[in-house]
Amino acid sequence: MTETTQMARLGAVRPTAEIVAARLKRRHNAERRFRAVGLGAVLLALGFLGILLFTIVGNGITAFVQTYVRIDVTFDSALLGIEGDTGPDALAAANYQAIIKQSLYRTFPEAKTRAEQRQLGAMVSSGADIDLRKMLTADPSLLGQTRSLWLLADDDIDMAVKGHIPRQQGIAGNRLSDNELRWLSELESRGAVETRFNTLLWSSGDSREPELAGLWGAVVGSIFSLVITLLVSFPLGVATSVYLEEFAPKNRWTDLIEVNINNLAAVPSVVFGLLGLAVFLNILGMPRSAPLVGGLVLALICLPTIIIAARAAMKAVPPSIREAAAGLGASKLQVVTDHVLPLSMPGILTGTILGMAHALGETAPLLMIGMVAFIVDIPATPLDPAAVLPVQVYLWADSPERAFVERTSAAIMVLLLFLALMNLSAILLRKKFERRW
Amino acid sequence: MNSQVTAHRPQGCAKVSARSLSVHYGEKHALQAVDLDIRAGEVTALIGPSGCGKSTFLRCINRMNDMVEGAKVSGSLTLDGSDIYDRALDVVQLRARVGMVFQKPNPFPKSIYDNIAYGPRIHGLARDQNELDEIVMTSLERAGLLAEVKDRLTESGTSLSGGQQQRLCIARAIAVGPEVILMDEPCSALDPIATAKVEELIDDLRENYTIVIVTHSMQQAARVSQRTAFFHLGKLIEVSDTEQIFTNPQQPLTQGYITGRFG
Repeated sequence: MTETTQMARLGAVRPTAEIVAARLKRRHNAERRFRAVGLGAVLLALGFLGILLFTIVGNGITAFVQTYVRIDVTFDSALLGIEGDTGPDALAAANYQAIIKQSLYRTFPEAKTRAEQRQLGAMVSSGADIDLRKMLTADPSLLGQTRSLWLLADDDIDMAVKGHIPRQQGIAGNRLSDNELRWLSELESRGAVETRFNTLLWSSGDSREPELAGLWGAVVGSIFSLVITLLVSFPLGVATSVYLEEFAPKNRWTDLIEVNINNLAAVPSVVFGLLGLAVFLNILGMPRSAPLVGGLVLALICLPTIIIAARAAMKAVPPSIREAAAGLGASKLQVVTDHVLPLSMPGILTGTILGMAHALGETAPLLMIGMVAFIVDIPATPLDPAAVLPVQVYLWADSPERAFVERTSAAIMVLLLFLALMNLSAILLRKKFERRW
Repeated sequence: MNSQVTAHRPQGCAKVSARSLSVHYGEKHALQAVDLDIRAGEVTALIGPSGCGKSTFLRCINRMNDMVEGAKVSGSLTLDGSDIYDRALDVVQLRARVGMVFQKPNPFPKSIYDNIAYGPRIHGLARDQNELDEIVMTSLERAGLLAEVKDRLTESGTSLSGGQQQRLCIARAIAVGPEVILMDEPCSALDPIATAKVEELIDDLRENYTIVIVTHSMQQAARVSQRTAFFHLGKLIEVSDTEQIFTNPQQPLTQGYITGRFG
């Protein structure tokens, strides 16, 4: 009774429809404002992403090509120091630098003084002799002949050709002498300067010479580390979540463990590096700088992420499915392996790959276990010293040579490509395993 | 199959027997000293308002309450004279003998065939593929679903309609060869036509299985059951032949409920 009289009184003052209509405009405005703010945030984020990608690609795209200069090279056995002996050992040990220098002097006979000749010799990379050795070892009949060959240019020449450093004397940033600038122009006018796809970047390890430095060592190191990480963290993480979610009693201890796992996900990664240093290197005596140890440390970092994602995925499996299986007489383990795990696999895999992507980008913990070392060789096993991609980025970004600037950006691009591929595979796996009920 | 054993049992003898059975959920006394005999070869309906303990009683019979945190059961509950809550009894074995059909159809997101084959597989009931095929076909046949699905056994169980899903769940329970089938409001999520089919099926199954059904619908209890037990606030108020409960209830509470004065 009281309710109806109240309603009547309200209606008498102002009908409900009128009150609602009066507020309608304000509501719509609030909605519009909210949508505009959201859209603005997205656009701002996209803008920053665009700037980031533009800077990195703009800086790094030129690292995928490398400058070569064409020189007439004579395979002079006297200069090579292998007169008479053309066995493979002799060919391998021969002095190829000497014939490169000699060929350069012959190309530019005006370089007379020792200083000029040194400048001239420095125009070609100190690694150019490797190609010559390969050629002669493959075909010893070249001995004594003259060939017009494309040789890898020095990094300063490369930078000048790509326009990264000014080619004019007296301007800040120019690293070439008058002579070098003149010789470079002359080679260019002869059509003897060319940029080619940079194969060394994809096939060699790190080097002090930017034009010889490659990413392959770091890529292999990263792959080894991530495989170890996956092999350790996936089974361990899934087993932990199965136990905590399905078997463990819900009491104070399991609550404590859960809180700690959630906290571990937020612990700075460098702390895990210190743990790795103390346990894996100092106590267990594992090799320094090895992807094995790196992978183990990264696995520790991944574990909380995987456990949290796996538990969330298992929680999302409808209880009705568990009941159905249990009602048929399935044991607890059968309920888990036959139903809960298959149904939560998409979520577990997504969490795992996101954790791995996180691990792929980690630098700080790896510095703690010595993966910051300068390593030229491509690792053959996970026990060999190696760099990983983010550490390579860190090392190159720290190098003074101008040519390492573009290589740093190129390495970042490769790292981002890896991340994109991993995220793509996460999406594809999720699509593949997804089921509806 | 085990079910044949039940068929030869004389009707009327107690298959499941509860004596002063009590259940606590933490502080809550959900079931208070219930004495109830479920007779073999009959459909027993458990009715009563929400929260009266009828589902709790049902879930004691196959120990589904074990899965609930903080549930404590006291008193005695026997299946064919042996204690269901005996520590030595394996719950897996119990659930193979006491099947269950749930309120919401809950087929596994697997093929229709695998849904039914799952129970026989985990219990190792079939020696080879042929036997498994036979169990699947017989179960579908008994659940009255064979004609509708025999050409689409590889399709997902979740692609069926709600009523078909529930009959699939019944077929899945039958496939294990249980002696008792528990049904927890099996028709509450179904439309009237699907409900009629499931009720018909329950009537057919009565010959081979002891069935206990929890229902909110008194009409349903009247249609499918031979005996009816009325629960109220965790107590068993009255149990007798269905016809008598609905025509001549002995307790005033029962009368109030079935005439719609509360509930």
